[in-house]
Amino acid sequence: MADSDGRQVVSINHSTEEDVKLQEVVQAKCEGKELTKEEKQRLRKEKKQHKKNKKDDRGPPEKEKEKEKASVLAPSKPATQSPAHKAAPVPVNASASESPVAAEKPAKSKAEQRAERRARQDTERASKQGKKEGGQQSASSKPKATPNELQPVKRLPEHIQVDDPAALKKLAKKLERQQVPLRSDYGYKVSLFSHLHQYSRKNPPTQQISIPATVIHPSIVRLGLQYSQGIIAGSNARSVALLHAFKQVIQDYSTPPNEELSRDLVNKLSPYISFLSQCRPLSASMGNAIKYIKKEISNIPSQCKEEEAKRRLQECIDSYINEKIILASEAISKYAIEKISDGDVILVYGCSSLVNHILCEAFEKQRKFRVIVVDSRPRLEGREALRRLVKKGIRCTYVLISALSYILPEVSKVFLGAHALLANGYVMSRVGTSQIALVAKAYNVPVLVCCETYKFCERVQTDSFESNELDDPDDLIVTRNGKTHLENWQTVKSLGLLNLVYDVTPPDFVDLVITDLGMIPCTSVPVVLRVKNVDQ
Amino acid sequence: MELQAVLMAAGGGSRMMDLTYNTPKPLLPVGNRPLIWYPLNLLERVGFEGKHSVISENKPSKVSLKVKMISTTDILVVSCDLITDVALHEVVDLFRAHNATLSMLMSKVHEFTETVPGQKGKKKAGEQRDFVGVDVTGKRLLFMANEADLEEGLVLRKSIMRKHPRMLIKTGLLDAHLYCLKRSVVDFLVHNKSVTSIRGELVPYLVRKQFSKSLNSKNATEDTEKNQKQQDAHHNLELLSTSKEEALLQLARERSCWNDHRGDMSEAYHGGKLRCYVHIMEEGMCYRVNTLAAYIEANRVVPKLFEDPPIHPTAVVSERSLVGSDSIIGPICQISEKTSIKRSNVGTSSTIKEKVKITNSIIMNGVTIEEGCNIQGSVICNNAVIGRGADMKYCLVGSGQRIEPEAERTNEVIVGSDQLMEI
Repeated sequence: MADSDGRQVVSINHSTEEDVKLQEVVQAKCEGKELTKEEKQRLRKEKKQHKKNKKDDRGPPEKEKEKEKASVLAPSKPATQSPAHKAAPVPVNASASESPVAAEKPAKSKAEQRAERRARQDTERASKQGKKEGGQQSASSKPKATPNELQPVKRLPEHIQVDDPAALKKLAKKLERQQVPLRSDYGYKVSLFSHLHQYSRKNPPTQQISIPATVIHPSIVRLGLQYSQGIIAGSNARSVALLHAFKQVIQDYSTPPNEELSRDLVNKLSPYISFLSQCRPLSASMGNAIKYIKKEISNIPSQCKEEEAKRRLQECIDSYINEKIILASEAISKYAIEKISDGDVILVYGCSSLVNHILCEAFEKQRKFRVIVVDSRPRLEGREALRRLVKKGIRCTYVLISALSYILPEVSKVFLGAHALLANGYVMSRVGTSQIALVAKAYNVPVLVCCETYKFCERVQTDSFESNELDDPDDLIVTRNGKTHLENWQTVKSLGLLNLVYDVTPPDFVDLVITDLGMIPCTSVPVVLRVKNVDQ
Repeated sequence: MELQAVLMAAGGGSRMMDLTYNTPKPLLPVGNRPLIWYPLNLLERVGFEGKHSVISENKPSKVSLKVKMISTTDILVVSCDLITDVALHEVVDLFRAHNATLSMLMSKVHEFTETVPGQKGKKKAGEQRDFVGVDVTGKRLLFMANEADLEEGLVLRKSIMRKHPRMLIKTGLLDAHLYCLKRSVVDFLVHNKSVTSIRGELVPYLVRKQFSKSLNSKNATEDTEKNQKQQDAHHNLELLSTSKEEALLQLARERSCWNDHRGDMSEAYHGGKLRCYVHIMEEGMCYRVNTLAAYIEANRVVPKLFEDPPIHPTAVVSERSLVGSDSIIGPICQISEKTSIKRSNVGTSSTIKEKVKITNSIIMNGVTIEEGCNIQGSVICNNAVIGRGADMKYCLVGSGQRIEPEAERTNEVIVGSDQLMEI
């Protein structure tokens, strides 16, 4: 095991190791600020390995232990770095004992005690294990150490760490600090998705909020309720409603004395955002809108008067909505209408506000086409899409997703909406979309995804498990003829109800993405993101 | 501020004049606390900090608000005689989530089982019923009328049926007189002084108004019997509510894929701006103490709720008396020996002398009961004096009355100066 070998090295070749460590410490001092973070990481890694060593009494083969370590470390770091880190812990661990000593005097005694304890343990282990392999490992790992030490540790967002009690505790503490009530999970969760929250509509998030709402602005409470009850659903609607609520918050905001608006307002918004994410996990579009608002607020110059600043912020919000949502949908419909020819049979899934808008515009521009609306349980959003299209006068057919393969031979194009477009080109959309894309590919029907650029996000996801949303499982319960078979589903131990909301579609199944910047292939999403970042 | 609370402490308790001719209704003791304590406690528990209470002249039913003060936020109107343990957020959530104009609370009516003093024969339970029509979800209020207002039968407008083909009409619901009203309604009340009663006039008006055709400012075609002033007020209400719906909210709703009903071609809420919602309590306690029977029932049930000790620490109870576990004794009482008190409430500073037997009764404050009395199923009001050896069964003794010694009364209401007898 590399770890024990590193320590064996400590015990056996103590003097040479120390020289190396001192050099590294000097290096550490020279590099200044960045390294304190690195030192903290080293401390953390060292602690982890320390705990791990306590558990491993006997010595299984080294490779296995390395793999274990890599897998232990992998959940907390992205997969790309795990091979590098296999070797990194060794010298990191060794130098970690010295660098805190050099940099932070209060930790000195602890680190020294730890070093002594480790030395003692290593001598014990040395009597059990062979020493040959240790020497080889440490020699090869040292040169790899330095470049890998500077990789930052990526943190997982809280909402996909529900099965980790430490993360839950952190969340609870944070919410308590912000005076936001914690919403408890409901019902049995299917084990594959136990890392996600699952809330019930019967426990509204407002149970513990005082009436009248004082800690959280009333319009935010209203918004949260509307999210959790599904009254405002759909990526665009949620973002618009969020920005509207923020406008009201800004309207009612008054800077406390000795505070600056640019800093205080952002702090005011944090508990509201926590509350909203307790009501329903934030969507990618909402996240981008929040980022934009926060940036705008922090960019308010300090000499700006409060009224002026508020007015400016309101204008920013209005212009954001106008540009990114309203005008973007106009631009997208313009591009999309070029793709709709007379005699087309267009398949749409669920209720996407953008796709509905495109079809209505195309109909107004006298294109001759008919629409097939595909719907799925439990949300049955397709009915709403059907109503809007039929009201406009478009000829529609309505099927459930189980009839998809029967209906696809008739279809000439598939138009899909998106909740978000991920940085690796995957499309995150309502659950069932990937199925449609898959079957359409099998039938060689072109699939066009319509998505505004403000929904592009920098996350990377290749499966629908890692990050998703679990809706209320009781939505799956149906009462027919007075009988509700799933009424007591909680009492059946082997039964779990799963109500997924999103899924991801790989870029191979998507032929074209229509955005307000034009028609791009799915794989160009990172380019757009890069361009956007440069602009901002 | 999101909501302001208004406690309606007016209303003279017209249906229980025997109790209230001397004491204002809000101060009637229930479970040894004034009646007004209960709604105040409810509001405080939920988080209200500053309250407004309106005490107005005696009027038979709910009084309109003299609203010079409250026009800046939405209001929550509570009646002073409401005792309930409802989770208030249920009512307010309907108000918030749907941006409703009115949100109210109703509960299933409880049958009163205790014998009411002074009641001659059984009272008909079905008088003055309320007919409440809700939609399939049970939340949206479609129709509300009192039996008294209906001449021959229940008339339902076709426009309601077209929009909500399935309606559930419920009787047997008790209106808790707890309303969340939008600010525009308050302004409407200010402009329109002819609406005097919230429950009697305003609420049915709002419920009806949900389905009226949207008005052009000149052609008011429906409700022809209403006078011109009220028609202007109609527009007032419409205008006030529409100006609030901002363009962004409209956009959000358009983009949202939610609808509150299905089966027809209209958008959510049928495009109506005015919406009324009701939360119907299935379980839990909800009493309106506006009749004698309700008062007695409330006194029975309420002490069990709160964790106060049944016998107040300052009461002097002698060891040889028997106080049952479901009785409560108020502060500074004096219970003498060989007294037995079962299932009763004894109020503040009452004096009970020896060998008195009290069962199923309510003794208010400052009452003196001389020795040897036997009191069963009765209500003895403030400062009454019951003479020695009196035997009262199912009686109501009014405030300040004196009952002569050795009196035997059954099922009587004793109030007023003609009943007074000097000892």
